[in-house]
Amino acid sequence: MIAFLKRFSRNPAAVVGLVILVLVVAFAILAPLLYPNSPWKPVQRPFLAPFAQAGFPMGTDTLGRDVAAGLVHGARVSLQIGVVSTIVALLIGVPLGAIAGYSGGWVDDLLMRFTEFFQTIPSFALAIVMVAILQPQLGSIILAIGVVSWPPVARLVRGEVLSLRSREYVQAAITIGQSTPRIIFSQILPNTIAPIIVIGSLMVGTAILLESSLSFLGLGDPNLMSWGYMVGAGRTRLLDSWWISFFPGIAIFLTVLALNLAGEGLNDALNPRLSRGRK
Amino acid sequence: MNLIMFLLGRVAKGVVVLMAIAILNFLLIHAAPGDPAQVMAGQGGAADEELLQQLRVQYGLDKPFLTQLGIYAGSYLQFDLGFSYRQQQSVLSLIMDRLPATLLLTGSAFVISLLVGTLMGMLAARRQGHWSDGAITTVSLMFYATPLFWIALMSQIIFSLKLGWLPNVGYETIGANLSGFARMLDIGRHLILPAMTLGLFFTAVYVRMMRASMLQVAGSDFVKTARAKGLSEGVILRHHIARNAILPVVTLAGLQAGQLVGGAVLTETVFAWPGIGRLMFDALTQRDYPILLGVFFISSALVIGFNILTELVYRIVDPRIGAQG
Repeated sequence: MIAFLKRFSRNPAAVVGLVILVLVVAFAILAPLLYPNSPWKPVQRPFLAPFAQAGFPMGTDTLGRDVAAGLVHGARVSLQIGVVSTIVALLIGVPLGAIAGYSGGWVDDLLMRFTEFFQTIPSFALAIVMVAILQPQLGSIILAIGVVSWPPVARLVRGEVLSLRSREYVQAAITIGQSTPRIIFSQILPNTIAPIIVIGSLMVGTAILLESSLSFLGLGDPNLMSWGYMVGAGRTRLLDSWWISFFPGIAIFLTVLALNLAGEGLNDALNPRLSRGRK
Repeated sequence: MNLIMFLLGRVAKGVVVLMAIAILNFLLIHAAPGDPAQVMAGQGGAADEELLQQLRVQYGLDKPFLTQLGIYAGSYLQFDLGFSYRQQQSVLSLIMDRLPATLLLTGSAFVISLLVGTLMGMLAARRQGHWSDGAITTVSLMFYATPLFWIALMSQIIFSLKLGWLPNVGYETIGANLSGFARMLDIGRHLILPAMTLGLFFTAVYVRMMRASMLQVAGSDFVKTARAKGLSEGVILRHHIARNAILPVVTLAGLQAGQLVGGAVLTETVFAWPGIGRLMFDALTQRDYPILLGVFFISSALVIGFNILTELVYRIVDPRIGAQG
C-alpha cells in the first residue's frame, strides 16, 4: 500500500488530478453549507456580470440565479450520476465479461456478439432515445448512461478472465471440485480488481460528460441543477452574458480532466511493470 | 468469389443487428409510461382519440405482444419508420432530407480528425519523452476532457461573434441564392466551425491511439531487424512502424464511427446545422418520438454500412486480413 502511494505520488499529473478531485468532492459535500438556498432561487437581478456585486464571483444567470451556487450544487449531481451510472455499467459488464471469458465456446461467442452490438450502435443516440422515451428522471438517466457504457468493461474483464483461467491455481480449484460461481467470484475476479478500478475511474469521467451532454439537450432531471443544464440555459445569451455558459463548462472540463489524470496515475501505480516504458 | 461471400455474410449480419434495433425500439415504446399509441403519435400525450385508434389498428396494439413486435419490426425492416403527425411527413423522408448535411459534417470531421490525429500521434511517439510529446499528449487529453457542446459554444463566441471570421449558424447564407462553385464555397465556410469542433474530440482520441500503436509496433522484432540492417531511422519510422501502426487505429476509428453521430447531435444543435442531429434535437423538444426512434435506426444503419465499407477496403488493401479470416 505504501509502495503504491509512493508510486502514485511520484506522478505529478496524477497528484494534480487527485487534488482537483478532492476539491470538487469537498464542494459537493459542503454545498448545503456554502449555499443553503436552493440553486433554483433567483437572488439578484438577472445577467449580473462576475464580480460586479460582492458575493457573486460568477455573476447570475438569465433568471437571476447565482451561477456559483449552481456550480456547487451541480457538482453533487454530476458526481453522483457519474459514480452511480458507472456502478450500473460495472454491474452489467463485469458479470457478462466474466461469464464469457470463463465459459468460452458458444456462450462466449453469443455474449461477445451482444457486446459488439452495443458497441456498434451510436451510443449517444441510444442514450437520448432512452431518456426521452422513459422520461428525463434521475433513474432513466443513470440507466441510459450505464447501458451505453458497459461494453468496454465486458471486453476488459473477458480478456483478464481468459488469461487467468488457465493459471495453475484456477486449475487446482477446478480439480478440487469448487463450483463455477465460487471459482469466478473467489479465485478469478479478485485478481481483476485493479484494471476494473482503473477503467471505472476513467468511466466516471465519461459518464459525467454524457450526463452533461444529455442535460445540455434538455434531457436532465428537471429537479436537479446540473452543469450541462447550466451551459444549455445560458446558450441563447452567449454574446452579452458569456459567463453563464462559461463557468459550468470549465467545471465539467476540470472534473473530467482530473478523473482522467488520476485514473492514469492509478493505472501506472497499480501496474508498475507495464508503465516503465512510458516517460 | 471470396469477396462476395464475405460481403454477403457481413450484410446478413448487419440485417440481424438492424432487426435487434427495431426490437429495442419496440421494447422502449412499451417501457414508456402510458399508452404505446400515445408514444407513437408523438404529440406529448395530446393526440386525439381518432388518431390513437388508427395507430392501434395499424400496429395491431390489441393483438398479442409478439404479433405486435412482428408488425413493428417488419415495417421497420422495410424502412417504414412511421409517420410524424406533427410535421405531417413520413419519418423516412424527413430523415432523408437531412441526411446529406450530416454526412458532409461527420465525413469531414472524420477525415480531419483521422489525418491530424495520426500525424500528431506519430510525432508524439517519435519524440517520446521530448517536450513536444508532452505537449501533444497534454493538449489531446484536454480536448478529450472538454464537453463537445461547450467547445462548440466557445468557438462560436470567439470565431464568429467576436472576431466575425466565420458564419455563426446554419448551412448556407439564407437568401443569397448562390449556385455552383460559389454555393460550395459558402457551404464550406459554414462547415468549418462545426466540423472543427466535432473533429477536435476525435482528434484527441486518435492521437492517443496512434501514439500507443506506434510505440507498440516500435518494439517488435521486424523493427529491430530493420535497424540491424542499417536502415535510417526515418525510413524505419515511415515504412516499418507508421504503416503497421496505422492499421489498428483506422480499424478502431471505423468501429467508433457511431460516436460521430452522437457528436453530430450536439454540434448540429449548437450551429443549427440542418442534419439528422438537429432533427433529433427538434423532435426532442416537441416530443416527436417516431422521429427519435427513426434517427436512431437510420444512424445505426449508416454505421453498419460504414463498417462494412471499411472492412471491404481493408481486404483489398491488405491481403493478409482476408487470408487469416
